[in-house]
Amino acid sequence: MTTTTTAILENRKKFSIAKLLLEGRAFLALVLIIVVFSLISPNYLTWSNVLIMTSHVAIYALLGLGMLLVILNGGIDLSVGSTLAFSAVVAGFMLKGVPLDLFGVTIYPSVPVTVLIACGVGALAGLVNGILVAKFKIAPFVATLGMLYAVRGFALLMTGGLTINNLSGREELGNTGFAWLGFNRIFGIPIGVLVMIVVALVLGAVLGRAKFGRWLYAAGGNERAAELSGVPVNRVKIWVYVVSGLCAAIAGLVLASTLTSADPNAGNTYELTAIATVVIGGAALTGGRGNVRGTLLGAFVIGFLSDGLVLVGVSAYWQMVFIGAVIVVAVMLNTLQYGRRRRPATGKAKSDKNVKTPAVTGTSTGTGSTES
Amino acid sequence: MSTDQVVLEARDVVKNYGGTRALKGVNFEIRSGTVTTLFGENGAGKSTLMKILSGVEQPTSGEILLGGEPVTFSSTTEAAEHGISIIHQELSLAPNLTVRDNIFMGREIMRPFGGVDFAEERRQTRALLQDMKLAIEPDTLVSDLRVGQQQIIEIARALSVNSRILIMDEPTSALAAAEVETLFGIIRELLARGVAIVYISHHLEEALEITDHAVVLRDGSMTARAERADIDLAWIVRNMVGENFDLGSPPEGYEFGEPVLSVEDLTVLDPENPERAVVNGIDLEVRAGEIVCIYGLMGAGRTELLEAIAGRERVESGQIRLDDQSILGDSIAERIEKGVGLVPEDRQRDGLVQTFSVGRNLTLASLDKSMSGLAISGKKEKSRANELIGAVTVKTPSSDLNIGGLSGGNQQKVVIGKIVATDPRLMLLDEPSRGIDVGAKAEVFRLLSERARRGVGVVYTTSEVGECLSIAHRIIVMSRGQVSAEFGPDATKDMIMAASGEA
Repeated sequence: MTTTTTAILENRKKFSIAKLLLEGRAFLALVLIIVVFSLISPNYLTWSNVLIMTSHVAIYALLGLGMLLVILNGGIDLSVGSTLAFSAVVAGFMLKGVPLDLFGVTIYPSVPVTVLIACGVGALAGLVNGILVAKFKIAPFVATLGMLYAVRGFALLMTGGLTINNLSGREELGNTGFAWLGFNRIFGIPIGVLVMIVVALVLGAVLGRAKFGRWLYAAGGNERAAELSGVPVNRVKIWVYVVSGLCAAIAGLVLASTLTSADPNAGNTYELTAIATVVIGGAALTGGRGNVRGTLLGAFVIGFLSDGLVLVGVSAYWQMVFIGAVIVVAVMLNTLQYGRRRRPATGKAKSDKNVKTPAVTGTSTGTGSTES
Repeated sequence: MSTDQVVLEARDVVKNYGGTRALKGVNFEIRSGTVTTLFGENGAGKSTLMKILSGVEQPTSGEILLGGEPVTFSSTTEAAEHGISIIHQELSLAPNLTVRDNIFMGREIMRPFGGVDFAEERRQTRALLQDMKLAIEPDTLVSDLRVGQQQIIEIARALSVNSRILIMDEPTSALAAAEVETLFGIIRELLARGVAIVYISHHLEEALEITDHAVVLRDGSMTARAERADIDLAWIVRNMVGENFDLGSPPEGYEFGEPVLSVEDLTVLDPENPERAVVNGIDLEVRAGEIVCIYGLMGAGRTELLEAIAGRERVESGQIRLDDQSILGDSIAERIEKGVGLVPEDRQRDGLVQTFSVGRNLTLASLDKSMSGLAISGKKEKSRANELIGAVTVKTPSSDLNIGGLSGGNQQKVVIGKIVATDPRLMLLDEPSRGIDVGAKAEVFRLLSERARRGVGVVYTTSEVGECLSIAHRIIVMSRGQVSAEFGPDATKDMIMAASGEA
């Protein structure tokens, strides 16, 4: 016992610099990106460009923060890109007026109502994901893959595949103000960025301080142990998908409002960007490790990198190559950070498992004595 | 090869991990046709030594002599080429493949024009199994075999590459008594053929039954070695721990309270085979302050009984009452709230959150006590963690250390501490001594006695008779899902073993 602990403590001392570099890697990457691009282009680090880039970052970050919760739980949510588009389309549809054929009237919900309903739709998609995963024990990858298709289909069905344009509403109908989300600024900061900050603060507090956060980390670290410790693992699981859907809906609203149009094809492959932000932020895909700060940094890395590449005129195809490389390097570094520390624990877990898991013993634990 | 020749020798082997010395100059020899058993507590250096002998790790200094010649193995494959095989505690078979495929995995017999020669592989496998007097068809899926049979398939695989030296790390930990006998039969057969065997086991009595030489390691040094004829259990334990140990006796000097737990006619079905009841009409009553030991073989239904009481396992019929109130409809969380805590059998799988620190593991089941308002108070949590570390005597430099940094015994104390933190009325412990060393065992049992004195009902299971005859006021023997006998603390080992269907 003492030998292992002293070894760990010594390692801690010896590699403190390396460890600092490793743990601050997302931050260092961001600093590197900013330095390199500002050297290449004088326009990169101007206040207005930073704000524009941060608005893009906000979309990635909103999706990423929802995804973070799911990944902390050891799951994955592939449906966020579609949910983003769907909630945007729902909002656009309502702003254009909801025809109630039965009564022969068209109602025009106000913007707050529209926003609430669009968010509700996102949360509902998440709820379905959560129930499929928690209650019906469908693998998260598969359940949310199904949702990816289904929700995108709904979005396309609602508009016949067309983009809903001009969402600014009309004064006489009392539904103006949607563009406020995308265009307005408070103290010079775009609303979308402020929304990101608020969501980050709320989720940061929930993860760091609330009981739910602790439950989530515990269930992601070892679900069976968490369950035996009284953690309501199914409830936690359903909630993370609901939050992820909700975050996707918020991102969809921000995006639609920025563009004042709702495109049913928006957010294609954004689920992958969201996963990338979480992974670059140092979270482990196996669950239980990761935090809001890291995911925000991940979103900034991706946003500032891709916008920088655009600004200096790198072709869109090369951008994909660069971002791909960043993601792979990030995962490699994650393995460096967690792989070594985790191995002894999981190794043992495996050995114990082999003794009891029905898959290996075949005919349950009872066989031993019945034969003897 | 004649027997009793030194086939493998370790000379002054030192192994450093960073700044720590895991082995401090160990000398050690293995003779053909004999079993050499390595005894030692966890962390004494047994595994490190075995890893060096089998090529998993290289010594920092010192040398390995094979048949008198110095050798270095840079990998297990290289060691295997020299006839040294290790059979790990965890089975390394692929359960989805057949026995034949597993035995020839990685060295398939090829036909001249490509493709695997399954017929030849099957023939050789059958011959090998017959050699070991094992009636298993080569085409059987490994997942269809019992754990004991799987273990033997691993041995067969080692033998099929002509191993002269077999290292067995805890080979019986998952076996029923009858299977242990089969394994020992096979070991004796191998000895007759001149194979040298290195044996590691926490089951001291069992190891004594098969061994020829005993080597005891403590703190990375060899503290004693002797021939089987000259030693007994007490000798081993004395050399392992360095002092006389005692697992304790039933706590006395107080009256038991009212029954905390009463189980009536409880039946739990095997989820994989609903025809079979793993717990079959059990009645059990535990009073406040009473310690009950449930003894039984693997598969006797002990785990299922405890998990049913804790709310993990679905109950088919019967009644479970805590303080005279049924808890059958309650969730695990509600049962914890009411005072039922389970320390599961498999620490790594069910007990610990590996990504958490010691402190967070300790407070996980009783988070409500760390709250101030809606938030977890870091201060409260820290002080509670330190309090618990003291209460269950976890040896850790800080509550912030990752749980993986602790030894098995201390990890087990953390799992117990987590339950203690919930102020339980009833503590259920499934094999609390599994995989921890003698010293830690005694401490765990002392903790349980202490809880019982404070009026907690304690139920623990074990598959070592010696552990029943320590702190338990009452011993219940389970066999095939039923209670087959009940004893007081004055029972003898023979009585208990006979009732379990072992002797």
